[in-house]
Amino acid sequence: MLRAGRAVCDRRESEVTLTTTAMQLFNSLSISSVLLLVALGLSITFGIMGVINFAHGEFVMVGAYTTYVVDRLLHDPLGGSWYLVALVAAFVVTAGLGFLTERSLIRFLYGRPFESILATWGLSLILQQLARNVFGASNVEVRTPDWLQGGLALAEGMQLPTNRLFIIGVALLCVVGTYLFLNRTRAGCSMRAVMQNRPMAAAMGINTAAVDARTFALGSGLAGVAGCVVSLLGSVGPATGQNWIIDSFMVVVLGGVGSIAGSVAGAVLIGAASPLFEFITTSSMGKVIIFALIVVFLQYRPAGFLVLRTRALEGQR
Amino acid sequence: MRIPRALLMVSVALLLPLIAFAGGEDEAGDVIKVGVLHSLSGTMSISEVAVKDATILAINEINAAGGVLGKQIVPIIEDGASDWPTFAEKARKLIERDQVQVVFGCWTSASRKAVLPVFEGLDHLLFYPVQYEGLEASRNIIYTGAAPNQQIMPAVSWLLQEKGTKFFLLGSDYVFPRTANKIIKIQLEAEGGITVAEEYTPLGHTEYATVINKIQAANPDVIFNTLNGDSNVAFFKQLKAAGIGPGDIPVMSVSVAEEEIKGIGAEFIEGHLAAWNYFQSMDSPKNAGFVERYKAAYGADRVTDDPIEAGYFGVYLWAEAVQKAGTADTAEVRMALRGVEFEAPEGMVKIDPVNNHTWKIVQIGAVNSEGQFDILWSTGEPVRPDPYPELISPDEDVVEPGVMGPRVARSASN
Repeated sequence: MLRAGRAVCDRRESEVTLTTTAMQLFNSLSISSVLLLVALGLSITFGIMGVINFAHGEFVMVGAYTTYVVDRLLHDPLGGSWYLVALVAAFVVTAGLGFLTERSLIRFLYGRPFESILATWGLSLILQQLARNVFGASNVEVRTPDWLQGGLALAEGMQLPTNRLFIIGVALLCVVGTYLFLNRTRAGCSMRAVMQNRPMAAAMGINTAAVDARTFALGSGLAGVAGCVVSLLGSVGPATGQNWIIDSFMVVVLGGVGSIAGSVAGAVLIGAASPLFEFITTSSMGKVIIFALIVVFLQYRPAGFLVLRTRALEGQR
Repeated sequence: MRIPRALLMVSVALLLPLIAFAGGEDEAGDVIKVGVLHSLSGTMSISEVAVKDATILAINEINAAGGVLGKQIVPIIEDGASDWPTFAEKARKLIERDQVQVVFGCWTSASRKAVLPVFEGLDHLLFYPVQYEGLEASRNIIYTGAAPNQQIMPAVSWLLQEKGTKFFLLGSDYVFPRTANKIIKIQLEAEGGITVAEEYTPLGHTEYATVINKIQAANPDVIFNTLNGDSNVAFFKQLKAAGIGPGDIPVMSVSVAEEEIKGIGAEFIEGHLAAWNYFQSMDSPKNAGFVERYKAAYGADRVTDDPIEAGYFGVYLWAEAVQKAGTADTAEVRMALRGVEFEAPEGMVKIDPVNNHTWKIVQIGAVNSEGQFDILWSTGEPVRPDPYPELISPDEDVVEPGVMGPRVARSASN
């Protein structure tokens, strides 16, 4: 009787461990996809263009606020599909903002990393205060459309949240889309050409200034998409961008500045490691361990996980 | 001898402000200056702007009714900018340069600890409107938010009775949640509860999947939540998406009020619990009037909540004390404040003459679909504040404002 009881207990225990492990694996995937989304834009503006953009987090915030505005305006007439409109709107609005930023600020700062740190940091403060003045200091509520609520129940106590599955899908789409755009389209190829060898690209008749603006707009637009998506998981407020900026830089630097594939690797590495350390220690300690490991890793591979050799980067060293 | 014209002008210009300031409150005759010190920019502005608004509302109301001692109150507003050294600097500026009679302000314990030496050094007076972790009773601070025994401890006792014994403690990683959880753990031990896990996340943490997984593995009866700021939004959204509702594991929060619910979204937190001294949904004519005036002043979409109400009635308590003392002089007002009473939106509040905290009613509510609270439990009458609960500090207690001494038994009621 006693033994039978213990056997039941053991079985329940191992079931719990199994569920927990399965959920942890799913969390790794899900965190990787979130990190990838917020870092993808930065891997273009910082990774490929070399602009240290401290306002990247605020572009994420602008995307989140765009989602909020679309929610308020179109929630009733469109029903659940308002969210897809928001996704597109977030891209367009932040890409536009990125275009303006490049034309009015960034283009004067190419090759001057310290000035661009200060200038983009100033821009991030301006955007935060602007959000505060326009939308108020409090966080705002973005409703989750019905079709993204709930989850896929696999077993007792094991539910894969629909919004997380959706985010994984969006992240995949964005990465594949960006990769195809940069490698298979004329516009994308000219972007890479300009970033890798500017004088040669110019000699081939490419308008490099226009390509700069377009590239920065693309990176900013992807930040906007990230903002729209993370509004499903977290807060939408003036400080939202600040929650994501460190993670984004971490992914891009770890992955290797200069390549999309590197950012994917960086996101997956951090995404896989952080829930593991968080689970066996605590959230605060988990973050510390991740940072420590990244520092150690960069001692051995200062250029990051994947190294891209281009003339532009060699010239800078 | 001729004095150069320029020199004369300069000296006049330098002397003018001195002459104007010389008389201070008495000379000006018809105004009393007070300081309002909150974060109007930076992370904490999310919460503090609304408290500043409530403080100004109270000042305007008192002025419209004729002021105090026949004088108008003039607020001087400073921005602490969510930065603790800035709080200390601005507090000093308000007291020394603006010569205010009293300051209303601060939110985080960190900002309060930063300005404390300024108020004690200059022997001035601060009204602090937010619930906090206790273990402080300065003679220079009037605490109008809850002490631990007026929010956290009754919430724990209520949960033990209504929801179960296994507690999961979740908080942001700084002084308030850690101190609060220290109290909770000792209380659980004394009252027969179990702490199944204690988890802290950095301020601004947004990824709660792993924490939620830990919660599922620990399978607690309740989650006691001392998260602060943006993290609450992420936590509640992700908890719901993971399929955990208030019927499975209820969450009791002590830093989530009506204002924060607006940012989280009522749909995500509906059914979960919070402990406060005041809810906007309290049914009394006094509260109805307060909510109406607050909305009329700042917009129909605004909500009132506990710290907003505490920021509001703090001004009235001070005005009562000034009236009683017959002067706005800090030392005399501080004496007059001992035991002063006011009929606040939450009901009768009173400054405890021994520890400078406020007698307040304690309530527990569940969030409804409108983002308001359905009140489930209430003490019905004000509870004596106890910043040094006997469980934590068995030998020492406050014997008079700012003075500690050996603990003596005191009755818990009037």
